[in-house]
Amino acid sequence: MHKKPKRYSIFSLIRNALSYHENWQPAWRSPEPKKEYDAIIIGGGGHGLTTAYYLAKNYGLTNIAVLEKGWIGGGNTGRNTTIIRSNYLWDQSAGLYEHALKLWEGMSQELNYNVMFSQRGVMNVAHTLHDVRELKRRWHANRLNDIDCEWLDTNKVKEFCPIINTSQNIRYPVLGATLQRRAGTARHDAVAWGYARGADAMGVDIIQNCEVTSINVKNGQVSGVETTKGQINSKKIGVVTAGHSSVIADMVGIRLPLESRPLQALVSEPVKPIINTVVMSNTIHAYVSQSDKGELVIGAGTDGYISYSQRGGFNIVEDTIAAVVELFPLFSRMKMLRHWGGIVDICPDASPIVSKTHIKGLYFNCGWGTGGFKATPGSGWVFAHTIANDEPHKLNAPFTLNRFSSGELVDEHGAAAVAH
Amino acid sequence: MFLINCPYCGEREQSEFSCGGEAHISRPKNPPDTSDDQWADYLFMRKNIKGVQFERWNHSSGCRQWFNVVRNTSTDEILGIYNMGEAIPEIDGENPKTPSGEPEIGSGNISTSFKKK
Ligand SMILES: Cc1cc2nc3c(=O)[nH]c(=O)nc-3n(C[C@H](O)[C@H](O)[C@H](O)COP(=O)(O)OP(=O)(O)OC[C@H]3O[C@@H](n4cnc5c(N)ncnc54)[C@H](O)[C@@H]3O)c2cc1C
Ligand SMILES: [Zn+2]
Repeated sequence: MHKKPKRYSIFSLIRNALSYHENWQPAWRSPEPKKEYDAIIIGGGGHGLTTAYYLAKNYGLTNIAVLEKGWIGGGNTGRNTTIIRSNYLWDQSAGLYEHALKLWEGMSQELNYNVMFSQRGVMNVAHTLHDVRELKRRWHANRLNDIDCEWLDTNKVKEFCPIINTSQNIRYPVLGATLQRRAGTARHDAVAWGYARGADAMGVDIIQNCEVTSINVKNGQVSGVETTKGQINSKKIGVVTAGHSSVIADMVGIRLPLESRPLQALVSEPVKPIINTVVMSNTIHAYVSQSDKGELVIGAGTDGYISYSQRGGFNIVEDTIAAVVELFPLFSRMKMLRHWGGIVDICPDASPIVSKTHIKGLYFNCGWGTGGFKATPGSGWVFAHTIANDEPHKLNAPFTLNRFSSGELVDEHGAAAVAH
Repeated sequence: MFLINCPYCGEREQSEFSCGGEAHISRPKNPPDTSDDQWADYLFMRKNIKGVQFERWNHSSGCRQWFNVVRNTSTDEILGIYNMGEAIPEIDGENPKTPSGEPEIGSGNISTSFKKK
């Protein structure tokens, strides 16, 4: 057994300050892989780490490995604009995302790790009559599902977020907005690190720089994986590789309904607190919030083609900036500091796949596309249930691969505002 | 972002074009005898390949013609352009060695190279 990690507290902070911060224990171990595990999780993003965490915590399965080809959180988990909300249209999605939001509310305490979850509210802005109708429909749907949501008219939007441009003389004037006050943002890296530390403490092996290169199947049952660190055996394998899900599925001849595309984000130079909430606009495609460091965090749209290049088009960034500047003219002279892309796995109905497959012991959790960060804890929760029981949890039962044959799609396109 | 050499107009920015997705997908020949799974495969399932992909493009802000493109999706490098209805051209080279292999250089994922035959 390994040494149990020490809890973080004001006392541990003082003690470590007195020793010049040279004696902090690493937050998780870096073990060599064992020959065999009870379960293997491929992909050390937020969803993979929460899966391992809840497998250990809720189902007592601690002989598990998380295999990550790079470093944990280096995929979309560390690249997103961290918007967290649960105001989805359909009952199936509302159930899944609201369950996740409730887990966010207790996460820092549970993990003894500050994930900087900030419920500053998310405002979805309407610019056309059609937007108004769509968003009001969603507002009512949310209320029916017991999810907090309010409708703000133009004046109330201005009151809530004073720097927004509510002139009616712009191409897409602000006609109102929905507001979910319990929604907000969190520190994405901290989520990966906090769950890694929590999983590690229960005995989960987190193995970085370990790429899965093929999956071994014997008589319709998985037996293990080949990796850049050798063969590792297990009878249960959960695949949580976001943009690379089709690549992994192809190793065992499974076809997925996904397209992997670049999605970009950018941050500005840091400034004093200026925007108090998260503003999202579907129609003009802008969404912006401010990090605790003071940077504006701006999300762009996806490129219209499949690409694994991790680089999106400049025209996409240009359109995003144009939209942000129309909504917030005072940002027009801010300098952008950094800009990057992630590869997102987009599903035809803009809903995830958390599912068994026809191969025994092989499970997929993918298709979260442009909007899975908010689901990180909930996704791991239901996927752990699916892997432990070989049956989906009631919250992910509507999100199986089967729905593409049965026609029971959960169409969140458009209905879910910008899909973040 | 990259340039596409439209067979009708010449080289233009990608933003002038719309991608029509994977090429050479054909509609089931006999609808009544096609199972739900076969329809799902035709409608939704995609190769979503990391490496050489054959795909359709339309010069939507230009001549509005359709044509096929061969592109390495890990680098966005275009390896060939051919007309609608033409057979898949032969391309020399291998898909990225490590299937999810990240880049040798920068973030461009240049882990393989392809040559036109
Ligand atoms: C720019 C941008 C903005 C976004 N904004 C938001 C937002 O505001 N709100 C929101 O809710 N969502 C947002 N998202 C989406 C969100 O980031 C993702 O849905 C979510 O983080 C996916 O988590 P994951 O753990 O499944 O994937 P990832 O974090 O990508 O993890 C997958 C991991 O699998 C690893 N992997 C791949 N292949 C292999 C292999 N062969 N062997 C081993 N490991 C492998 C990868 O290296 C990676 O670390 C955004 C995404 C992007 C790119
Ligand atoms: Zn043309």
